[in-house]
This record gives sequence, structure tokens and C-alpha cells, in this order.
Amino acid sequence: MSMEKHNFKQEINITPELMARINELTSRYPEDKRKSALIPVLHEVQDAHDHWLSYELQDKVAEILGILPVEVYEVVSFYTMFNRRPIGKYMFEFCQTSCCVTRGVENLMDYTCEKLGVKIGETSPDGLFEVRGVECLGACGYAPMLQLGDFYHENLTKEKVDQLIDDCKAGKVTLLDK
Amino acid sequence: MGKKILLDKINIPGIKTYEVYRQNGGYASVEKALKQMTPDEVTEEVKTSGIRGRGGAGFPVGMKWSFIDKKSGNPRHLVCNADESEPGTFKDRYLMEYIPHLLIEGMITSSYALGANLSYIYIRGEYMWVYKILERAIAEAKAAGWLGKNILGSGYDLDLYVHVGAGAYICGEETALIESLEGKRGNPRIKPPFPAVKGLWQNPTVVNNVESIAAVPWIVLNTGEEYAKIGIGRSTGTKLISASGHIKNPGVYEIELGLSVEEFMNSDEYLGGMYDDRPLKALVPGGSSVPILPAHLIYKTAAGEDRLMSYESLSDGGFATGSMLGSGGFIVYNDTACIVRNTWNFSRFYHHESCGQCTPCREGTGWLEQILHRIENGHGREEDIELLWSIQSKIEGNTICPLGDAASWPVAAAIRHFREEFEYHVRFPEKIKNREHFVNEPFEKVRHLVAKQTV
Repeated sequence: MSMEKHNFKQEINITPELMARINELTSRYPEDKRKSALIPVLHEVQDAHDHWLSYELQDKVAEILGILPVEVYEVVSFYTMFNRRPIGKYMFEFCQTSCCVTRGVENLMDYTCEKLGVKIGETSPDGLFEVRGVECLGACGYAPMLQLGDFYHENLTKEKVDQLIDDCKAGKVTLLDK
Repeated sequence: MGKKILLDKINIPGIKTYEVYRQNGGYASVEKALKQMTPDEVTEEVKTSGIRGRGGAGFPVGMKWSFIDKKSGNPRHLVCNADESEPGTFKDRYLMEYIPHLLIEGMITSSYALGANLSYIYIRGEYMWVYKILERAIAEAKAAGWLGKNILGSGYDLDLYVHVGAGAYICGEETALIESLEGKRGNPRIKPPFPAVKGLWQNPTVVNNVESIAAVPWIVLNTGEEYAKIGIGRSTGTKLISASGHIKNPGVYEIELGLSVEEFMNSDEYLGGMYDDRPLKALVPGGSSVPILPAHLIYKTAAGEDRLMSYESLSDGGFATGSMLGSGGFIVYNDTACIVRNTWNFSRFYHHESCGQCTPCREGTGWLEQILHRIENGHGREEDIELLWSIQSKIEGNTICPLGDAASWPVAAAIRHFREEFEYHVRFPEKIKNREHFVNEPFEKVRHLVAKQTV
């Protein structure tokens, strides 16, 4: 992902519910250490904004926590779970580290990409799906597996992937554990 | 059947909930510690137990506790490392998901021993649903009076919170974890000062793995002496092993340290032998960082003794013929696995996860990945094998944190034990074009080609 400023626009909406959650998270740290809440807060803000963080949104987080924008940028760019561009609504993140490879994840990723008509790292034209390869997710004994939103889908087969895609299309898949 | 102290109650229906956990003797260690013991007495029990850090490094837990600075008068913290990210390791997640109150009980008892009044559990971001399980469990414990002010009327106060990361293996390194907990990039700090003196917010801090902390309640209730009777020699107690790869029964197992590798691999109580009954080719016994062992060094050490699941036996022979217990990430490979491909896979992982602070690691892990990629894809050169050896030797020991070593060891061990496979890749590029080359034709069937053609 490039560091350049992009043209994607994002509507910022810090709802009272979101603000209440942010306040609850910052209350977990001493008064003068509010910056510690940055990563948990970014997760909440990203979840409430289509799973990505524009610069404008990052600036807003800096303002809320009373820190400099650069303190937010450097964190967002360091951690892989923060997205700096819009992503597919249903992002299939396949674990592609050794243990999952022993159980056939490479072929399963090929199968999924072919079925969705996308390449790895691309969003489908309808914006619904994206496939990514990520590093070890800590599910080695239940390989192959993928992460979708806040949840893991494990011991995958082609049939299970088919079912998952159908469920996503039918709007039957829960993404967030709220 | 081996003794179980962490997972003994895991099959009780509803043990995830506070009520069931409490009905089955949960939180008794907090009562015992706060009502009958001084903090130092708790620390002494943990020292006597001989338990070694379960995250991978194996440093004695009690000794680590005894280093915490109590003289400065600064607030102290206990931070639980639940950033489980070492490839092959998924035991902490199992424990937190299925018996979360065991960790919370351990955190309270351990925080009391350290005199910490504000403690955190740092969990990796991908375990989002486990983060939520812990948040709910902490709220339950608080509502029941196990957290907050003046716990059990003892005068001891503790606030405990869970903190979530966002996808960075490096944050499993304790000083990177502390940086991340402070809301920064996960760049490891130069030590000294050690966290026991200057840790979270420059306060004295102890960072312990989930499994280490979860063992504390048992130690407090049954004494360190009893704990030390379990296991073998300096490998006391039980260990959670995460088993994966080409085996019949992958999953998390609690074993008594000292169990033989052969029994663990083949008995139906544990892994049940090889998946598809194919031959065993290699084993990574302690997570991706530790040296890979070839088949002839798995069940027996080079000295011909039985290889045991213990810190000492798994490292018997040093890196020449041994490995490490590490985090207990036990990854098994059969004859269809390609060691070159697997080593490339690990190198890609370390390259991706390097924080970029130290040049040998930032650049070196990338070079390792690129060279392994070209060998695996049929573009390797004969001198690449020496080049890999040279690069890994220049990363090891030359970085602030152990990620550099962790990236070097798997490469060194793969060349040490499987050099012929690298030579085969370089010399017969047309035979490895398909990524499943050893599925179609295991290396044992083509090994003779390498011996015939020398350069």
C-alpha cells in the first residue's frame, strides 16, 4: 500500500454510542496516559467506518485523544489490521503461513480467487469481496482457515468456502463481535 | 494419562462462565493469597515451583518476579502477554477462549505478589472475539468483588483491563509489547533498563505469558514444592503444546514435561500418528523460530537417548543436532513437504514482521526471503546456499531484539539438515516447477539425482 494521499472520500460520523465506547476505553488508562488507548480506539473507529481509516478520520482520532496527527499515522501504518484504503465488505483473510500450507491453503486461495473472479489483494467490482493472504493467525491446528471480520472460519474445504460466499451474498454473515 | 493442572476442568459444561468456574473451586487462590499469605510468600512459592516462562524463552518466572523494582516506590504493573503470534502456536487462545477466568484468577494472584495495582492483558488484535470474552469475564469478576478496591477486605486494590493489539508479531517481544500498550509502534527497546525497572510508562513492570500466569493459581493452592514434583529435572510442571501439520489429531494438549516425543506423536491419547500414514520427514518442536529437526533426530538424540518433551532434551545436542521447546508450537511435516518452500515461507513471515529498526534484520530478512523465493521457483544459483548461510549468520546476535535470531535459526537449521534439498532445487529447476513437487514425487525418490551430479 502506498503512503501517498489518496482521493477516497470518507464520511466521518462519531456517533454518541461510539464516543461512549471511546470514553470507556480511555478510562482504562491513567488520566495522563490517554494515548495508550490509541490502538483499541482505532479498532472501534475503523469498525464504525466501513473498516478503513482515511487521513481525515485519523486526524479526528488524534483530536479526540489530544495527540498529534503524526502519532496516529505512524501507528496506523505500522499495524496490519488498520486499512488505509476502502476494502471489500467481506474480506477473506487466509492464513498463508507454514502450518496452513501443509493443509492446502494455497490451493484453497486459488480456488476462492477463481470463484470470486479476483486476484489476491483486489476488491471485486461490486465491492463485496476481497481475498488477502496474511501471516499466522494462531489457528494452526485447525488449518486451513481464514478470518472474516472478527471471526475465524476453520478446517476449511472448498464446500465450506462455497457456503461462506453464499452466506455473505445472502447477508447472513456477522462480521463484528459487538 | 499425564497430570493436568490447566485444562483439568476444561470439559465441565459452562466453565467459561463465572458461576460455574467459581462453583468448581475458582478464585480459591485469590482467597488463599490475600487472606493467608504475604506477597513475598506467593513469589517464593512460584520460585520454588521452578516454572519457566511459557512464551518461548523459558526464563524462570519466580526469578523474573524477584527482579521487580520495589525500592523506587513507583507504581508497579503486571502485563500478561497474550499476543500469541509465533507460527505453530495457538495454546493461549484455547485457554482464554474456553476457561477465561483461570487467566483472570492468575492475574489477580500474581498482581498481588508483585504489588501491582493496575494490570493489563495485551491480546493480539486478530483474537478479537477472545478479547470480547475477556472483557466480559473481567466485568463478571469485578461484579463479584474480585477486582477493584479493598478486595476481600484485605486492603489490596487491583484494576485489571484487557488491551487489544492490531496485527504485529513483534509485539510479542516484551518491550515492543509495552511500546504498543503505550499507543506506539511496536519497536523493541534497548535493554537495559529491563522492564522490571523501567517498563510500562517507565514504571517497574513484569510481562508474563498467558500460560505462565494461568499456572499460578495451582501453584499457590498446592504449593511450589508439589508443582516441582511434576515434570522432569529443571523442566517442572505441565506444558500446553499446540500441535499442527501432517498429524492425525491436531489441537492443544497439556502434557507433563518429560513425556517422550515418540509417545506424544504416536499414541492415540495425543497426536495419533501421521495424517494419511505417510512417513515423518521433519519436526519444528517449538514454534517457527526454533531449528527444524530431520526425522532421524526426532525420537532419539544424536547420543541415542530417547528425545523427551522437555527444555533440556529438545535442546540436547545444541543447534547441531537439537532444537528447543520454545513456545510449544509443534509442527509436523511428512514427505510431501518441501523444506525449501517451508523455509521461504518462514522467511517471508519474518521479513513481514520485522519492525525495521535494526538494519541487519530489516534488510537481511528481505534478502533471505528473496533468495529462498528464487531457489524455490527454479532460479537459484549454486552459491545461493552459501549466501543464505552468510546472511543468517550476520543477522543473528546483531539486533536489539530476538526477532533477528528467530529469523536466522530456521534458515541455518534447514541448510544444516536438508542441504541436499536446496541443491536439488538449484540443479533441477525443471523438476520443481509445480509447487507441489514433493507431493507428486517425494524427495526420497529423487535424492539419488543430487548425489550423482556434483558441481
